[in-house]
Amino acid sequence: MAAASAVLQSEWTKIRTVSSTVWSLASAFLVTVAMGAGLSALVSSTFDDLSEAERVTFDPTLVSFSGMVLGQLAMVVFGVLVVGTEYSSGMIRTSLAAVPQRATFLFSKIAVAGGLALLVGLATSFLTFFLSQALLGEHSASIGDDNVLRAVFGAGLYMGLIALFSMGVAAMLRSSMLSLGILVPFLLLVSNILSAVPKAKEVAQYFPDQAGAKIMRVIPDAMNSEPAPYGPWGGLGIMVLWVAAALLGGYLVLKKRDA
Amino acid sequence: MIELEGLTKRFGAKTAVDHLSFQVRPGVITGFLGPNGAGKSTTMRMMLDLDNPTSGTVRIDGKHYRELDEPLKYIGALLDAKAMHGGRSAYNNLLCLAQSNRIPERRVGEVLDMVGLTPVAKKKSKGFSLGMGQRLGIASALLGDPEILMFDEPVNGLDPEGIHWIRNLMKALAAEGRTIFVSSHLMSEMALTADHLIVIGQGKLLADTSMADFIQQNSRSYVRLRSPQQERLRDVLHANGFIAVEAGSGSLEVDGTTTEKLGELAAEHAIVLHELSSQRASLEEAFMQMTAGAVEYHAHGTDVHGGAPAPGPQWGKTSQGA
Repeated sequence: MAAASAVLQSEWTKIRTVSSTVWSLASAFLVTVAMGAGLSALVSSTFDDLSEAERVTFDPTLVSFSGMVLGQLAMVVFGVLVVGTEYSSGMIRTSLAAVPQRATFLFSKIAVAGGLALLVGLATSFLTFFLSQALLGEHSASIGDDNVLRAVFGAGLYMGLIALFSMGVAAMLRSSMLSLGILVPFLLLVSNILSAVPKAKEVAQYFPDQAGAKIMRVIPDAMNSEPAPYGPWGGLGIMVLWVAAALLGGYLVLKKRDA
Repeated sequence: MIELEGLTKRFGAKTAVDHLSFQVRPGVITGFLGPNGAGKSTTMRMMLDLDNPTSGTVRIDGKHYRELDEPLKYIGALLDAKAMHGGRSAYNNLLCLAQSNRIPERRVGEVLDMVGLTPVAKKKSKGFSLGMGQRLGIASALLGDPEILMFDEPVNGLDPEGIHWIRNLMKALAAEGRTIFVSSHLMSEMALTADHLIVIGQGKLLADTSMADFIQQNSRSYVRLRSPQQERLRDVLHANGFIAVEAGSGSLEVDGTTTEKLGELAAEHAIVLHELSSQRASLEEAFMQMTAGAVEYHAHGTDVHGGAPAPGPQWGKTSQGA
C-alpha cells in the first residue's frame, strides 16, 4: 500500500500547481459575496415595496446567500476539473501507475479537494453573511439570533458538498465537458424550474441542491415559500446521501473500468 | 522479472490479447514487437494494472502490480508522451508523482537533468513538443530509480537526434543491469537495440527468441543478378539447376548459392552482367512475413504476403560484396 499521507501530499501538490484551482475557488468566493452584498443593498433600499407577507417572513440571513445560485457553479467547476482533468490530460494513467490502489488514489484526491472547497465555502458564507447584514442595516439578523449560526455554517457546508458532488459525477462520467454539460444546466435551470412546477416540486425538493439549500433558511417559509417535509439538517442529510452515492459511483467506475 | 500467464483481454467480440504467456528477463533489453493493433499497448497497460485482464495474470517479481509498495520504485513506464497535466510545469508534474511514492524531491531535478529538460523545468508542459513530452515521460519513468523500465513506442514521432538519444539511453540503462521492456512496430529499430525479442500478432505470441537466433533463422540470403541478356541468363541458370525468380526492376534472384558460382557460370556462357551481388533479406521482411497473417489493416494493392522487396527505398537491405 502506498502510504496515504504521501498520496495526500501528492494530491495537494496537484491542486496547488494548476491555475484552475485558484480561479475557480476565487470565482466562487467573489461571485457569492458580491451578489449577496448587492442584493442585500437592493433589498435594504426597497424593503417597503415588498408585500406584507414577504415582509413578515423576511429572512435576512437567506438574502445574504442569494449569490450562491451562481457561486455554486464555480464550485462545480472546481470539483469537476479536479477529477476531470486527470482524464482529459491522460494524467490518470500516470497517476494510477504511481498509486494503483484505486480507493487510496480517489479518496485522497477527494479528501484534499473537498477539504479545500469546504474551507473556501465556510470563508465565503461567513464573509457574505457579515457583509450583507451590514448592508441590510435595520432589517439585518445577528449571528447570535436563533438558527442563524446554523444557516451560515450550513451555507459553507453546502458549498463544500456541491464541490464533492461534482467530483463524484466527474469520476463517474470521466469527462470534464460532459460533467459540466450536465451539472451546470441542472443546477442553473432544471432544478429551479422543476421546483417551481406544482407536481414536479414533490420530486424536485429531494434533489441534492434543493434539499441541501434548506439549511441556509432561518425562517422555513421565507419570502412566501412553502416549507419542506424535512428540516434544515434533514435536507442537508439528503444532500450528503447524494454526495455519498456520487462518490461511491465514481469509485466503482474507477475500480471496474480500464483507465 | 515480469511474468505473463495466459493474459487475455477481450473488448466485446474482439480479442485484443489472446492467452499471452512470456517472461521479461532481467538485465537485458527485451523488444516487444508487433504490427499496429497487435495488442502491444493493451498488454503493457495490463502489466501496469491500468486495464483489467479478461483472464490471466501478470506478476512482477512474483507480485501483482497492485500489491507493489510504491510501484514507481519497481517499475518506471512511459506509455504515452502526453500523459501529464498540460497546465502544470514539468517540475510540478514530476513532483506530485515523486511525493506519492515518497521519492525525495531532489530526484526530480536529477531526472530532469538526465533527460535534458532542466531549462524548461518551470514551463507548462502543454507547450512541449512531442520530443520534449517524450523526454518528460521518460523522466517520470526514471523517477523512482526502478529496476524495470517499460517504454511503449518510445521513438514514435521523434527526430533522428531524439531516436539516437533514446537508443543510447536504453543501452546505458540495460548496461546498469536493469530490465528494459520496449515495444515497437519497427523491426529495424529492435534489431539495433534489443537482445531478446517477443513478437505478437493479433494478440497471440508469434515468437519468443533471442535477437541473434531470430536473425539467424529469419534472414534469407540470395544472389541478385541483372543482365541485358536476361532471357539467356535465365535459360542458362535453369539448365544448371538454379531457380531464378524475377524480382523488381529487371533483376533475377537465386536462392542457396554464391556469387562466385553464378559469376563463373555467366562467364562460361559469355553473358554480360550489370549486377552480381549477395543479398540478405532484411529482418523487416522476415517480420512482415511472420506477422502477415496477423496484420489488422492491410493496405490494398500492396503485396505484404509475398515477401518480394517492394520497389522504392531498399534501406533494409545489406549488400555484401558485388
